[in-house]
Amino acid sequence: MDFGAIFQAAFALMVGLDPTFLAIVSLSLRVTLTAVFIAALIGLPLGAALALSRFPGRPAVIVCLNAMMGLPPVVAGLVVFLLLSRSGPLGPLGLLFTPTAMIVAQVILVVPIVIALTRQIVEDLWAEYRDHLRSVGLEGLRAIPTLLWDGRFALATALLAGFGRASAEVGAVLVVGGNIAGYTRTMTTAITLETSKGDLALALGLGLVLIVLTLMINAVAFGASRVGARYAG
Amino acid sequence: MRDTASILPLRVENASFQGEGRLLIDAVSFTIPAGGLTVLLGPNGAGKSLVLRLCHGLLEPSAGSVRWAYSGAGGIKRHAMVFQKPIMLRRSVEANVTHALAAAGLAGAERRQRCGEALARFGLSERATQPARLLSGGEQQRLAIARAWALRPELLFLDEPTSQLDPAATRQIEELLAGLVAEGITVMMSTHDLGQARRLARRVLFLHRGRLVEDRDAAEFFAGPQAEEARAFLAGELIW
Amino acid sequence: MTLIDRRLLLAAGFSAGLAGLAFAQTPAASPPAATTTPSETRFITVASTTSTQDSGLFGHILPLFKAKTGIEVRVISQGTGQALDTGRRGDADVVFVHARAAELKFVEEGFSLERKPVMYNDFVLIGPKADPAGIAGSKDIAAALVKIQEKGAPFVSRGDKSGTHIAELALWKAAGVDLDAKKGPWYREIGQGMGAALNTAGAMGAYVLSDRGTWLSFKNRGDLVISVEGDKRLFNQYGVMSVNPAKHPHVKFNDGKLFVDWLTSPEGQKAIADYKIDGQQLFFPNAAQAGA
Repeated sequence: MDFGAIFQAAFALMVGLDPTFLAIVSLSLRVTLTAVFIAALIGLPLGAALALSRFPGRPAVIVCLNAMMGLPPVVAGLVVFLLLSRSGPLGPLGLLFTPTAMIVAQVILVVPIVIALTRQIVEDLWAEYRDHLRSVGLEGLRAIPTLLWDGRFALATALLAGFGRASAEVGAVLVVGGNIAGYTRTMTTAITLETSKGDLALALGLGLVLIVLTLMINAVAFGASRVGARYAG
Repeated sequence: MRDTASILPLRVENASFQGEGRLLIDAVSFTIPAGGLTVLLGPNGAGKSLVLRLCHGLLEPSAGSVRWAYSGAGGIKRHAMVFQKPIMLRRSVEANVTHALAAAGLAGAERRQRCGEALARFGLSERATQPARLLSGGEQQRLAIARAWALRPELLFLDEPTSQLDPAATRQIEELLAGLVAEGITVMMSTHDLGQARRLARRVLFLHRGRLVEDRDAAEFFAGPQAEEARAFLAGELIW
Repeated sequence: MTLIDRRLLLAAGFSAGLAGLAFAQTPAASPPAATTTPSETRFITVASTTSTQDSGLFGHILPLFKAKTGIEVRVISQGTGQALDTGRRGDADVVFVHARAAELKFVEEGFSLERKPVMYNDFVLIGPKADPAGIAGSKDIAAALVKIQEKGAPFVSRGDKSGTHIAELALWKAAGVDLDAKKGPWYREIGQGMGAALNTAGAMGAYVLSDRGTWLSFKNRGDLVISVEGDKRLFNQYGVMSVNPAKHPHVKFNDGKLFVDWLTSPEGQKAIADYKIDGQQLFFPNAAQAGA
């Protein structure tokens, strides 16, 4: 395969602003960002609560969550597929092969990451803040907002890790989204399809675009967290 | 609405504390009436910090009791604590103060007003919008005291507040504490610094290996302590 | 405890804010259907095969159908077996595949009321230029397969119960080769789609059975060429079925039937015949042919 042709294809895609290509990129971002957003709503408070609570079986829960961080995406996809299929328990919702199904699958992939990293970050912060927060009467769940806010820069990194996992995976979105052209075709499923069609230049071109997008998002987040870290000391 | 009944005196009766299978505080009894500055003196590891934490409610005594004359309304504490290493939230100076006030349940307008007063009172107004964690050590401890002061405590606990500061900053904190006592706030602080105890204390509680071995007026204590451990400590012979 | 309420609210708001902060332009969680198209969009879901998708046929005919009826067709491309299962579960409104016996079984089970023939293309046996089995140019697929087996030349099988896989197994049977007995390292089942099978065959210098459409539109040919074509046994018939609403009441039977009727109408048939790659017609409409 000619690498020159591959880079040419990638360049043409990015510069040409082909509407189909833009639709794929925007769907990918919309699905993944929505999934990360929902995972944050679920994972941040739960991770913080897990950091502050003590109960029998807590170590087992933590081990399970850490293991879930490595859950193969296609397994998450399969579970969501079985749930959302018309013959499955949530079939009447008619969500299989929709962007919503892809969001659900990615939330399942991202939530364990957010919970596990949040737990670690909040636990460390709590060790530092505990005396003062307890002194001013913030104990247990009441301490969570303070800890989440003060850990915001480290937590942004946790969300970024979740974003990385969701944006790179193909197994789950392929199974539950169906890779429908113009509807549930994302960057990763398009790459899979173009590879199977033997159009390696286009596939790698899309791959390069994905890498560039991920780089840009990481650079922005990194810059923001640097500025923030300087402020927070 | 502020309650007028005082939470003082604080009565500690036969309070013990067990940690890691050992008796760390052994049946300590004393009373803190309103007014003045009481120094909890003793070598490192005597249990000074634990006694303060038991009083402030951060620890529960394993035996005995810690009782306030009046437990206050609405569960709001009227005693505050400043720690050895200032705990600064990752926020601005003023946000550190308003956060504590919010935690105490005060409304926004009152938070801002009290915060402004506190920063002015402790000379931190110009620093209001700066990140608290970028202040110098002395400024951080001053902010910690301002933050506690804003809560309008009747009794303020300080755990070795100057042990990490240079002499100039230490002197400044000591002046602040004298000012708080003059204002009518009752202060109880721990220190292992004899000079500081001499300069500040009205009363001394001398603690050794988890036991309260002497409880006397400061002038009398420094003139001639009764307990042998206290004499050795004053002579600089008792390390722990 | 208004303080606690406020704090909890703050926590939720903060989480939201953090996500929003880190990734500007995060869309608010939007109602499911509105993610790409307004919920009023009229659409049907069609489970079809990788060969129709990978060959580009749908890209050609679906816009014509949409222009006429306003119905969007969402295609899930899978192997024939998987596509039929998608229909059985009620996850598709129409199934459009190529394995006549399996299709008839689908109808027999009651999952569709009727199967209609649509078009055919043919299979071709693809192989490396070097031709290790010595079969290039032959028009006898059975004899060619026997030679491949005898020489132990590498052969890539889809192995995914797709229409092509089913057709391949039938051809081995016709050639009198008992695969279960003769299977060896030369016979490689990859369990993937047509394009992946071609990629694999190209990389390993192996023979592979492909539908002509996918082959013509396949871009990564490398050393691969057509070894055997033109045998009548390589005929590949496509059929279409709409899912029976008696089995799955939610299916869009009427819109699905519109699609089936259009495909088999003169207009749809012409659209299929018009699809060409490099001047070569890929699919040959034969809806009118009895027994196809």
